[in-house]
Amino acid sequence: MNAHALTALKLTGIAFGAMSLGLLFMGLGRIVSARIQRRIGPPFYQSFIDVIKCFTKTSITHNFVMDLGIIMALGGLIATAFFVPFANFSVLGSSSVVIVLYLMSIGYLGMAMGVSASGNPNATIGISRALALMLGYKIPFVMVIMAMILTYNSSDLLTYALAQNHGFGSWHIFKYPLGFIAVEIAFQAMVGEKPYDHMIAPAEIASGPMVELSGKYLGIGFLLHAVQLYVETGLIVNLFLGGAQTWYIMMVKMFAVYFTTMCINAVMARYRIEQGIRHLWIWAGSFALLQLVYTRIWG
Amino acid sequence: MEHDNIYLTNLRDEKQNMWTGLANYFRKRSMWMLYYCTGCGAIELPPTMTSRYDMERLGMGPMATPRQADLLLITGYLSVKTLKRVIWSYEQMQEPKYVVGFGSCPINGGIYWDAYPVINHLEAFMPVDMSIAGCMPRPQAIIDAFEKLMDEIQQGKAVGYKRYRKHYDWYKRNQDLVLNRQSAVLTPYVDPFASMPTAAELMAQESEDSHV
Repeated sequence: MNAHALTALKLTGIAFGAMSLGLLFMGLGRIVSARIQRRIGPPFYQSFIDVIKCFTKTSITHNFVMDLGIIMALGGLIATAFFVPFANFSVLGSSSVVIVLYLMSIGYLGMAMGVSASGNPNATIGISRALALMLGYKIPFVMVIMAMILTYNSSDLLTYALAQNHGFGSWHIFKYPLGFIAVEIAFQAMVGEKPYDHMIAPAEIASGPMVELSGKYLGIGFLLHAVQLYVETGLIVNLFLGGAQTWYIMMVKMFAVYFTTMCINAVMARYRIEQGIRHLWIWAGSFALLQLVYTRIWG
Repeated sequence: MEHDNIYLTNLRDEKQNMWTGLANYFRKRSMWMLYYCTGCGAIELPPTMTSRYDMERLGMGPMATPRQADLLLITGYLSVKTLKRVIWSYEQMQEPKYVVGFGSCPINGGIYWDAYPVINHLEAFMPVDMSIAGCMPRPQAIIDAFEKLMDEIQQGKAVGYKRYRKHYDWYKRNQDLVLNRQSAVLTPYVDPFASMPTAAELMAQESEDSHV
């Protein structure tokens, strides 16, 4: 087998692995929410059942752009997953955090294009909220990443992960505590959990972008969220939690990040959209700015 | 609960192969519902969903739009105006889809049986896969009905959506009878379904079709 075929095989493995891990996390997250609400909750494989069921249903498409947008969103997010190092391993050899941030946006823009084409006003409101929120969390996130780039003169995620390999004390969570708080707040908005679930808001705008997705499109929507979880938790583990040498340590750390998110999600209510962006800019933004200034002057 | 309803036709002995059996397993373990809070049945759903009876154990959960839902819950009486919206919602849902009628009102009108704006037999307007008797059914009865529905889905018996497609002209005529009514509502009651083909005739037609 030549090298290219092997790489393609590995990339396919990463794509399916990312979806499966994300779906597993979604199932476990539902159990976490259920236990906080003193319920039993679904089995941990419930999200797999949901997705497979979605693919057995009939579905409605509104036009070609809707098909294209949904596939573009999934493609964009899977392409992002290729660049996130999993347990100090990156198939493509490079894992620049700038590329990750750039490709992640393609996923969201694809989703925006696809669901806007469905013509439902709720979907358009949901997308405009999602893009407004993106403005809220991307700025603190990029400021923290700029602090790291200033320190290491590199934008490579693997470099950051390897720099934290010297034991517990070398983790960036202790080196950049303010940055970690900022990113944790931004992460809550990135995955769209409460208090930043404006774009989904089932009781308010009928699940926003998902409103017209039926059957197989809804299944792809779930897979999108799964890959998104893989990418974003992987990003935080590599940036702050010391990366990982082995795959199971990586999975445990990724789940720890998601677990925190689900715990906050279970006890919070939803902000209004302008409150959400103000909160992100004032709190996450000022923590990130303090971290950037601190790193620039004393770092 | 037995399906001995007069409107029920016999589409259930369709051949099941391995793939539909497998698909039915996933369908029964992940029913997403759209609940149409038309009547008092809606008040029984919060305890069914939350920590006391926890419906999510069965993989069930509420969904925001008809496009995403598999299960339409008619929770109580249906007025003629509401019926129109329920039919729109039902037709927007993607197949396979199931309908559950809550309480006595969708079965025979319940305490509103002689009220002029309320329809009495939901079965005449859309296919109902499961009816829960009671006024109102308690959460235990609701969970029981859902488990029964899961069995029927697994066995390929919950095929109301196929019945709706096959007998669409019959359902459509029934719907038009009440939705496009021209006469005053307080005129002496005339059974609008008297001129309809009877259930026996429909069954006969059905078995003729299945022989072909």
